[in-house]
Amino acid sequence: MKTFARNLPISSGYNLVGALSHIPAGRPFRAFRLWRLLTGERGLGGVLFVFVALLSIVPLARLSYAALVVQGSLDLDRIVDVLAGRRVIEATINTVWISVSATVLATVLGTGAALLVGLSDMRARTVWVFGFVLPLMIPPQVTALAWLQAFSPASPVLGPLGLSLPPGTRHPLYSAGGIVFLLGLYNAPLVFLSVRASIQRLPASLMEAARASGARPAQMLRDIVLPLIRGGILAGAALAFVSAIGNFGIQAMLGIPARVPTLITLIYRQLNSYGPSALNDMALLALVLAGLTVVGMSVTGWLGRRGDQRVDGAAHPPRLPLRGWRWPLGVLAWGYLAVCLVLPLSALLGTALVTGYGQVLSLDTITFDNFTNALFHHQGLRQAFITSLWLTVLSVVVLIPVAVALGYVLTWRRTWIARALRLASEMAYALPGIIIGVAMILFFLRPMPLIGTAAYGTVWVILAAYLSNFLALALRPILGAYGQIDRALDEAAQLTGATLFQRLRDIILPALAPAAMASAILVFMTAINEIQTSVLLVSSRAQTIGPMIIFLEEAGSSTLAAAVGCLMVGLVLLLMGISLIFAKHLPQGVLPWRD
Amino acid sequence: MGAIDINGLNKSFGQTQVLQDVSLAINAGEFVAVLGPSGCGKTTLLRCLAGFEQIGSGTIHVGGRAMSGPRMHMAPEDRGIGVVFQNYALWPHMTVAQNVAYGLKIAGMSRRDRHARVTHALALVEMGALAERRPADLSGGQRQRVALARCLAMQAQVVLLDEPLANLDVHLRGALEDEFAAFHARTGATMFYITHDQSEAFALADRVAVMDRGRIIQFDRPEALFRQPRCETVAGFIGEGRVIEAEDIVPIGAGRARARVLGAEVELRCAPSETRRKTARISFHPDDLDILADPHRTTASGIGADITRATYRGGYLRTQMTAGPQNRVALTMNIAAHAGIEPGQHITVTLKDGWVIPEARQATG
Ligand SMILES: Nc1ncnc2c1ncn2[C@@H]1O[C@H](COP(=O)(O)OP(=O)(O)O)[C@@H](O)[C@H]1O
Ligand SMILES: [Mg+2]
Repeated sequence: MKTFARNLPISSGYNLVGALSHIPAGRPFRAFRLWRLLTGERGLGGVLFVFVALLSIVPLARLSYAALVVQGSLDLDRIVDVLAGRRVIEATINTVWISVSATVLATVLGTGAALLVGLSDMRARTVWVFGFVLPLMIPPQVTALAWLQAFSPASPVLGPLGLSLPPGTRHPLYSAGGIVFLLGLYNAPLVFLSVRASIQRLPASLMEAARASGARPAQMLRDIVLPLIRGGILAGAALAFVSAIGNFGIQAMLGIPARVPTLITLIYRQLNSYGPSALNDMALLALVLAGLTVVGMSVTGWLGRRGDQRVDGAAHPPRLPLRGWRWPLGVLAWGYLAVCLVLPLSALLGTALVTGYGQVLSLDTITFDNFTNALFHHQGLRQAFITSLWLTVLSVVVLIPVAVALGYVLTWRRTWIARALRLASEMAYALPGIIIGVAMILFFLRPMPLIGTAAYGTVWVILAAYLSNFLALALRPILGAYGQIDRALDEAAQLTGATLFQRLRDIILPALAPAAMASAILVFMTAINEIQTSVLLVSSRAQTIGPMIIFLEEAGSSTLAAAVGCLMVGLVLLLMGISLIFAKHLPQGVLPWRD
Repeated sequence: MGAIDINGLNKSFGQTQVLQDVSLAINAGEFVAVLGPSGCGKTTLLRCLAGFEQIGSGTIHVGGRAMSGPRMHMAPEDRGIGVVFQNYALWPHMTVAQNVAYGLKIAGMSRRDRHARVTHALALVEMGALAERRPADLSGGQRQRVALARCLAMQAQVVLLDEPLANLDVHLRGALEDEFAAFHARTGATMFYITHDQSEAFALADRVAVMDRGRIIQFDRPEALFRQPRCETVAGFIGEGRVIEAEDIVPIGAGRARARVLGAEVELRCAPSETRRKTARISFHPDDLDILADPHRTTASGIGADITRATYRGGYLRTQMTAGPQNRVALTMNIAAHAGIEPGQHITVTLKDGWVIPEARQATG
């Protein structure tokens, strides 16, 4: 009765339409309802469009404009001048070869790991996958710090072996090779995840047919499996490239002391330079970096598309027995984890437990002062952590509902607006965070129209950058879950007369809840330790915890930096652990660290 | 060369036993169909034969060579067995010719010989013109031919096929069945053909192994399965068979016996070893029933029945009726379409033919 009363104005309108067009009774009623729903969705689409446009399209457009146009004129001489500068050319060349080499390393490691995990009957796979993917979740500046500490006397592994560096020697990681090495290790899990997903889609019968044709496992791998997962390998390579080229943490921590300039460190240093067109030059460099990123993505995308094979069927691939290879491969696989996880992290912990860098960790020197300092006494750290925490919480609170609504539009409404929204959010995610940082500076530098003061230098700019940067990250698990919801559920609710908002709340959200939770955790983990964008946006008024490690390390407080790094890793592990509790309700592949 | 010998095969996945004491002796060059409902273990049996699954106990010999047995397992690539997968498993990144040539390449055949062999195989399945196509650009029927050409080129002496027609529409099936028969005639290979469709099995196979819940319950020629089912399960499964109770079975020699069915005196076929029994189960098919010309004349061999439903099937009427005490026994009969038959009518039918199911021996259960 109640709904009827509510619909009265509409049903009285139907008489008129009915009289005019002889449509059978009931039809116009539905038609009106449909119209109302359409406007509801249009409204939603509009709001989302404005949201994404404000956060990604407009700032990026502003960036391009500032890069090319100075004081209202397109000055080609200036552009050539800047780009032809010796430092810029050197940094560009470094950026390209370092990112490409790191991508090759990551691709080889990640593909090998995915083949081992996806196709063999390796033991303790779940634990190994967790360990292999873990480095991806650790903030890169912490990884860099941990690896730097690995050769310190406090390292519980190399220290007692006498393998720590004698004082005065140059650290081997302070070099271009060191950057390649760490970027490659850091991004290997990205390739791993992409390749593993391809392997899981590979029909078992294609491999069995090869065996039945007489192919040995190695031949089958070479002739059947690798060609068929090429798309996945190259997609992973594209991710690794984008991640490597935009990885500020590792490039800054190793590259600046080693005097290996890359575009990203150049942009960072440009921030502190003065001059009439300093900001424009920074924007220009950011544009070059963005261009390189797009080129890298396009090349890998093109290579991958040529080999794109429509592989369908959900049969799980067979597990090849390792037999005699079990021991050698097992030693290799677990040895890799030991080197890539235990060695740096234990060193980080070791350094955090001594009072001064270079001390040997022993019962006499052990101290918890660094931890108590970091947690309770250091004013700046505490402030930064609190800022990061509420910025992160706010980002999650805004992004998850937006992602749920956006997922609805993207999954079930195939309009050009949906595609544009998707592209814009992916773009903002794929472009190195520092570019978003530069765009935000430019966008918020001028006084805001209504408020009258500039937002630059406040936490709100950082929040805007987070929202822009992480929308695609929040979107991914949610889109995955939408793919598993039967659309008829939503349509059935639509037929009962539920509005879009009611359907999202009552039908979609319950089915989506685990994915939304996973999405929230991913955003939380990434944002809480974020460095790429915030390093440009922090000011004396607004500090976040992510860049703190670099500042502490630059200021010579290695042990305090190590303690902060340990706390960050602890936080990441805690969140990953929490996520595993409800992992069984999630669609497969939403939590990367779960096999 | 291609004889298959499976002996006492058992296979479990964890706690559930999927194959139980399966034994089959298949002659070289024979076309054998394995018939059974979905989930009864047909695919598992095929995968054990091909070597994709390790077996629990028992032995598998092909062409006299031990393939699987206690503590031994020959890898699939060493068995030389051809497999046609349900979805054909054509490698999407290779052309038709490359698909067919792959096994030869692995075997180390020279490029020239390979080319000749592939051309010949593709010509035989009339796919020569499409050799450079990708599998994605082929129709379902063409894909099947490529899968067959792959086995042809390898000259496999044993070819296993797992429900190759299950994914195709009905119109294609008939034509493709002929292709399997032609392939068999051409190669003389032993064919091990899995299906859940009896008409397919009967159309193609020399002998059919009927499977149920992981066991082979009868392995025989199609007409023997139809006319002399060894147990009630086979009798009820094959050709819409009907199994009912009969009384006072008296063998009269020459494989025949007299019995009383639903009150009528009838003569049935029986096993030579059949003995005088008080009761037995008998089987027959819808075509074995016939309507008596004069419905009011009751004879000793007439069975009274009430029609419940008559459906026009083109060419004949499928007539469902109930008979026996309290009309408890449901019967189905196919009769000429023009017979004036309506639901509610009382008629008299005779059982022209039937088979006395032999008494269950201890071994089969
Ligand atoms: N890899 C496996 N793990 C566990 N159970 C399986 C596996 N393969 C098949 N089964 C089970 O074995 C039984 C027989 O399966 P299958 O041989 O595929 O039957 P069919 O081919 O006759 O339909 C089914 O109950 C199926 O669930
Ligand atoms: Mg099957």
